[in-house]
Amino acid sequence: MLASSKTPRWIKAEREGIHLPTIDWWIDPSRPAANALVTHGHADHARGGHGQVWATCATRDIIALRYGTPTGGRDLDYNEPLDIGDSITATFVPAGHVLGSAQILLERQGERIIVTGDYKRRPDPTCLPFQPTPCDILITEATFALPIFTHPPIEREIARLLAAREANPDRCILIGAYALGKAQRIIAELRRAGYHETIWLHGAMVAMCELYERHGIEFGALALVSEASREALKGQIIVCPPSSLNSAWARRLPDPINAMASGWMRVRQRAVQRNVELPLIISDHCDWNELTGTILELSPEETWITHGREDALLHWCAQHQMRARALDLVGREEDDTG
Amino acid sequence: MDRFARLLTDLIYTRSRNSKLALLADYLRTVPDPDRGWALAGLTGELNFPSVKAGIVRDLIKERVDPVLFSLSRDFVGDTAETVSLLWPAPPGAVAPPPTVSEAVSALSAATRATAKPIVAGLLDRLDEDGRFALLKLATGALRIGVSARLAKTAFAQAFSVPLDDVEEIWHALRPPYTDLFAWVSGAAAKPDITSLPVFRPFMLANPLEDAVLDLADYAAEWKWDGIRIQLVHAGGETRLFSRGGEDITASFPDVARAFAQEGVLDGELLVRGAAQGGEAGGAASFNALQQRLGRKVVSASMQAAYPAFVRLYDMLFDRGEDLRRLPWSDRRVRLESVVARLDPGAFDISALIEAGDFDELTDLRAAARETDIEGVMLKRRDSPYEAGRKAGLWYKWKREPLTADCVMMYAQRGSGKRSSFYSDYTFGCWTAPEAEGGVLLPVGKAYSGFSDEELRWLDGFVRKHTVNRFGPVREVEKSLVLEVAFDAVNPSTRHKSGIAMRFPRISRIRRDKPAAEADEIDTLRRMIVSSPGIAASPVEADPRSLTD
Ligand SMILES: [Zn+2]
Ligand SMILES: [Zn+2]
Repeated sequence: MLASSKTPRWIKAEREGIHLPTIDWWIDPSRPAANALVTHGHADHARGGHGQVWATCATRDIIALRYGTPTGGRDLDYNEPLDIGDSITATFVPAGHVLGSAQILLERQGERIIVTGDYKRRPDPTCLPFQPTPCDILITEATFALPIFTHPPIEREIARLLAAREANPDRCILIGAYALGKAQRIIAELRRAGYHETIWLHGAMVAMCELYERHGIEFGALALVSEASREALKGQIIVCPPSSLNSAWARRLPDPINAMASGWMRVRQRAVQRNVELPLIISDHCDWNELTGTILELSPEETWITHGREDALLHWCAQHQMRARALDLVGREEDDTG
Repeated sequence: MDRFARLLTDLIYTRSRNSKLALLADYLRTVPDPDRGWALAGLTGELNFPSVKAGIVRDLIKERVDPVLFSLSRDFVGDTAETVSLLWPAPPGAVAPPPTVSEAVSALSAATRATAKPIVAGLLDRLDEDGRFALLKLATGALRIGVSARLAKTAFAQAFSVPLDDVEEIWHALRPPYTDLFAWVSGAAAKPDITSLPVFRPFMLANPLEDAVLDLADYAAEWKWDGIRIQLVHAGGETRLFSRGGEDITASFPDVARAFAQEGVLDGELLVRGAAQGGEAGGAASFNALQQRLGRKVVSASMQAAYPAFVRLYDMLFDRGEDLRRLPWSDRRVRLESVVARLDPGAFDISALIEAGDFDELTDLRAAARETDIEGVMLKRRDSPYEAGRKAGLWYKWKREPLTADCVMMYAQRGSGKRSSFYSDYTFGCWTAPEAEGGVLLPVGKAYSGFSDEELRWLDGFVRKHTVNRFGPVREVEKSLVLEVAFDAVNPSTRHKSGIAMRFPRISRIRRDKPAAEADEIDTLRRMIVSSPGIAASPVEADPRSLTD
């Protein structure tokens, strides 16, 4: 528990990330830092240019793929405490967000702080499930922190996807999905639902899928769209980055049904704005009930809220007599990782 | 309701017009009466439940969901019906099966102010998310799902292979759930006969004249009067006035209705006597004068005397029982002239033809007309039949060039519907004096159109990056961006601190090159006011012609 009712002096929220001032270490810094603890590989958390990078093995592989191998630091196992100085230990705990994603538990003289990074509470065949960890201060994300966001079961969304494919044998289904995490989860869920045909990839998805495979995730038959004829793609499922929906690249496909896999698809106009015909409400973040449920479950003395709609969650915390404050971190806007 | 809800959802996510038509046609063919008729009424905007107001829907949700969380959600979604459909909590215990569309419509029709809340809540409890969305859209009147009444009627005509013109013609004589209409197309009954009914006929409309030069041997020219286009119908002993959209506005203009008591259908511009448009010879007050009389259910004698309304006639569709619409315009004009001669000159005159030797002379006359506050010129093909809608090549409107001013963006607000995630409504201002001399910006208008999608994204980004203050949904921005605003006129206004209001402002260019200090002064705009004494302009956003033109 916290040593006094005041916020501990060994942690500070700065605009550039969470800072440990006594040792000058950072968590998910948006500017190059000498020592960076990185929760997961998404670009709003993991950046290039740091000195020592401390993260899970998969996250460090993702960073290496995107920015080149970090100059220092090392791979950490989940639940392996790391002594980082000034009596502070950092422990990486599964966050259930994407492959390699972690919450970071920071402990010092009995005070416990969890930095969730991004997380979800639903099962995901491509990563370890979120591990609830008691703490005094919970620093939580709030991407979908409005009560309108309740994600349906993924089985329902996958069934809608397969039904649309079934009903349109002359068209292909083009799913816009973020290249790290979302794309692989959808492929894995399609396999779990018994879909065993080749799944076609946009070139930009290949390297990350291979990285997942190296970490033991199996996807079945994958192939590049560029290797198939237009005719052969009829009735097929294709996965591409969201930015490639409606692009010149998509024009050579057989009358694609634009699908988009994102928590934002819960709101009709968000789908219409992106010309999405088949909105799939699939998110790697918590929905409203999971966010509020996690806060209730962990009952921290204080909750700090980062990226997202902090107003609603702050209000909810106040209604439930829980101490909370919003952090203003840069570069965490509404994006396609949702 | 499930089937209707699915239709709405499918329509929202369908882009191509043909696919929308196919979805609608399939629904109309396969769903039984009377559900399909009520659905068609909803899609064409013909349903109205006076006791079911948007306010009660908000009240209902605030009784069930924290009001702060509701309003944050509403702000994000941009649509009350959708927000409520997403937030509505499942009722405890077992619920009855979902209502049919007819069941929902009859429950909503029976609602009174006292019972509306429990009735709506009871229906929402029985529906899933998509169903609640459909019900709320239906109940509060505006579907706004990218399907116009015209498209719905087109789908009906296609579904049953009947001419669209036939559907439009009889449409206004029919009432939901249109059992007689469906009986006709299924062969169970004859086409409904409307000859003795005082019903609205679709208007013939003009296309903008782009850069074409027309031969005045083929086209007749008239002034474009700035009132509201109306249709005057006398049939079966009754007289009715209809606005552009077919809305019955007889009650607001009993003086005009009383003056037309012979069988027939006339087309003209409703105006108020005055000298603002075209001077003394023009004989018509500004649009603002007419506005004093619009939207009233009862019009006092003093109101009628202060703002005497009349109709400047353009055309004649029926003369007694005779349908003139297939005749050429020149023949209809002769018939109209002889009819006008027998009408009360206090309530009617005829839109005079412009005497011009050739197109060049007409161009000069049009340019000069700005001085007398005339909106522009109409050009009508002399041999044109009276065709519903906007057929190419027959009628043209040739508006005067817009005025422009350089203004500075001051506030921005999120749009609604499709634009709910963008800051797309901009309030802009001009200087009270040069900035160097201590001048400040005062708002002169508000615009939400005129820019491309790409420009919208840029403007949205500008607002987000330059916000200096937030007031609920409104953001105040750094006063640095110059917008060239085009507008049709400037009116005096007591509602605005600047003392002026623009008519039809729209963003014509983003002037990233221009420093804010060089934007126009309010005095420059004030000099553009064409005098119309004694009449204060209503606020720009309430201009009802956005609904009629
Ligand atoms: Zn993430
Ligand atoms: Zn994130």
